[in-house]
Amino acid sequence: MKHAIKLMAGAAIAVSLSACDNGKETEPTETTKTAKSETSEAFNKNPYPSTYKPYPSETVLLQGATVFDGIGNEYQNYDVLLKGGEIAEIGEGLEVDDDVEVVDASGKFVTPGIIDNHSHLGVYPSPGVSAHGDGNEASGPVTAEVWAEHGVWPQDPGFTRALAGGITSLQILPGSANLFGGRGVTVKNVLSRTVQGMKFPDAPYTLKMACGENPKRVYGYGNGGFPGGAPYSRMGNMAGYRNSWIKAADYKKKWDDWDPDSDEAAPARDLELDTLKGVLDGDILVHMHCYRADEMAQVIDMSKEFGYKVASFHHAVESYKIADKLAEENICSSMWADWYGFKMEAYDGIRENIPMVHNAGACAIVHSDSDVGIQRLNQEAAKALADGRRVGIDISKADAWTWLSSNPAKSLGIFDQTGSLEPGKDADVVVWSADPFSVYANAEKVYIDGALMFDADRPQKTPVTDFELGQPGEGDIK
Amino acid sequence: MIGKFTILATAASALVLGAIAQDIAIENAKLWDGSKLTEDATIVIRDGKVVAWDDGALPDGVEAIDAEGAWVTPGIIASFTQAGIVEVGAEDSTNDTVAPASPYSAALDMSDAFNPSAAMIDMTRLEGVTRIVVAPGISSSLIGGQGLVADTSGTPDSITKSKAFTYINLGEAGAGVSGGSRPAAWAKLRAALGDARTYPARYITSSDGDALNRIDAQAFSAAARGQQLILIGVSRASDIRQVIALTEQYPNLKIALVGAQEGWMVADELAAADIPVIIDPFDNLPSRFENLGATQKNARRLIEAGVKTAFYYSDDASHQARLTLQSAGNAVGSGVDFEDAMRAITSAPAEIFGLDGYGSLTTGSAGDLVIWDGDPLEVMSAPTRVFIDGEEQTMESRQTKLRDRYLDLDESEKPLAYRR
Repeated sequence: MKHAIKLMAGAAIAVSLSACDNGKETEPTETTKTAKSETSEAFNKNPYPSTYKPYPSETVLLQGATVFDGIGNEYQNYDVLLKGGEIAEIGEGLEVDDDVEVVDASGKFVTPGIIDNHSHLGVYPSPGVSAHGDGNEASGPVTAEVWAEHGVWPQDPGFTRALAGGITSLQILPGSANLFGGRGVTVKNVLSRTVQGMKFPDAPYTLKMACGENPKRVYGYGNGGFPGGAPYSRMGNMAGYRNSWIKAADYKKKWDDWDPDSDEAAPARDLELDTLKGVLDGDILVHMHCYRADEMAQVIDMSKEFGYKVASFHHAVESYKIADKLAEENICSSMWADWYGFKMEAYDGIRENIPMVHNAGACAIVHSDSDVGIQRLNQEAAKALADGRRVGIDISKADAWTWLSSNPAKSLGIFDQTGSLEPGKDADVVVWSADPFSVYANAEKVYIDGALMFDADRPQKTPVTDFELGQPGEGDIK
Repeated sequence: MIGKFTILATAASALVLGAIAQDIAIENAKLWDGSKLTEDATIVIRDGKVVAWDDGALPDGVEAIDAEGAWVTPGIIASFTQAGIVEVGAEDSTNDTVAPASPYSAALDMSDAFNPSAAMIDMTRLEGVTRIVVAPGISSSLIGGQGLVADTSGTPDSITKSKAFTYINLGEAGAGVSGGSRPAAWAKLRAALGDARTYPARYITSSDGDALNRIDAQAFSAAARGQQLILIGVSRASDIRQVIALTEQYPNLKIALVGAQEGWMVADELAAADIPVIIDPFDNLPSRFENLGATQKNARRLIEAGVKTAFYYSDDASHQARLTLQSAGNAVGSGVDFEDAMRAITSAPAEIFGLDGYGSLTTGSAGDLVIWDGDPLEVMSAPTRVFIDGEEQTMESRQTKLRDRYLDLDESEKPLAYRR
């Protein structure tokens, strides 16, 4: 019933929004209270704060490795010193006190931890039973009011498999049914009893938006029948976004114009518009599911129309067609190495997309969108790198590692904390058994904030989720 | 057992292609022929088949190719795919893998759908896959229909073996379309076996059996009598034991399993029952309750127990059948011996599907051969040349043409659409 109502309201977004107001929890009392406080913030922008604390770590010297630093450099026979949860130093022949643990990494490779900026772990966890489908608030085309972190099941066994693949941080996004799917959340890949215990400290919020087939399939011809709901077409998609941005601009103006020191009551809260206003304020980063080049160009124009910027286009299988434009606009593309053809907007996917985007000077990112793919993102980068080289795009392995760490970190607004092996940054580090561009390489040790969270040599020390306790295969090597 | 059936269609298609195949000799190859690795090897292919060669002077009329020490392997066999029966997964009009509204099940024959010109066929071949096992999906019945084996040449006669097997799903998917439970699926399967094993006698007076209509009973009768392979999708250890028990009840059935995530838990029983498995070495998540025991060690444990094991890539079995190689590489990363992994994507599927003369490069084998620019299981390697039945294949696809069009974005003279 609710579903049907939302679909009808979706036909005209303006109606939908005012209708939503009636059904949603607004808390005028609290707003008024806050308005009279000392702070200029009329409401709490971070009501579910991170409680993540780095786990205890030793000072560790990773000695004699081949190092990709995540910002384009490769060093042979290099040392990386982890101290106090941070990268303390990288260099040749570092000297340390006798009591410092030394890991012989000769013949091995050391890289920054991999950051997957497109995951649904926790919101579409394993096992994928219907009760676990918490990734799409499909009840309407505009659900900017929902937050992925409120759907994450922190016991998803997928987190442990991703850890074994060298994933140290990830963005968990709502699904792509909606024009505005809701807020994403960036987490450290450290199992916790609560989502708050995983949240990457001070990472900005993100907003998931979606182009193309999904919104129109879910709300238009797929669900609504004919004449069905809206959006029914790509035209309807664009109209839907624009209607919301107009609302958001108006909402933002109300808040900007409001003087907290005056006697005037604060504007009424609207959860949906809080998120969109956050984007227009530059506090929230837009991550947009968009396959086709022509649609990305439309979205870029729209972002200029309303005064915001897209951080990254996701699944951008056609970025190679407009790589020059993406470079000029300084927008990242989050891509698969070789997925194509499973839907019409993926039909023009090619294997050289990532290197061609990189080669044009644009920001290239390897993402997974998969609980399987997230475990082997290093191999995805390797495939793309090799395919690029075969057509004469000469990219070094060290440069290709930027697709896995620094570029995704930048797209998430966390590059000042992680994503490269630079002194002072979080010690999110992987020791690989061999060249991580080889299919035979495995992550041997994974450090997060300097704490050893995965050790292939000591499988008994690796985490087992609550769900897997007492089940077939508990604690088995996965 | 299963390895023994040879189907006439195989020989027929090889003859047709053989007539136009080149006679070639590949010299200086790092040859893995299916059982051993030989450096500086020479391999000769005449009339589309590998011929014995003793390293003397090459026979007349043979084109010599210097591999310069590169890897040469049999063409890869992707042992469970839906390539060629779907163009765009999400577009029903292009998707013949399932037929939810059809009254038929066992009679659904993928040979009626297979399109050798499907864009993905070229893309699959470019990655070194020369033969594909094409299986139906499961839609309205636990019996999906008849699968086939084809080559990836893109030519009209590329079906190697039609009706190579009947595909059945006894996992959660099969239960779901059988009325909603495992007992319902098993009741249906036993009834279907009864119908098909007594076809046509019981259909003299009625067109419907206990579980199958006349058409489906006819289609299922070969499998039910042990004359055709039954490929069973199944995951859970207890479900696998049920299948083993079925083969005890009907000893002449020829059965192989696909999925088998918990196969390692019953590896010894599978080996004893001589039931081969087709598994995805990536499978390590408890994605459903039926595969809580999934682990990347499945491959190694099954192979060590002596179970004939082939690999496939399950995440997108149509467009990404080409990732069968990456699956095998990851199996090696999880402890499987390199040669066992290679066998799992060449000779093992050939044996499971009764493809005599495929999946190896020994005398008499089909000239399905790939020259690589590196270790074939490495993700950074790719084929440089691909031969099917001795005939060299083009290394072009819709994807390479798109790539070449957009490598340079200069359209100052003409739109890019004029570039091809």
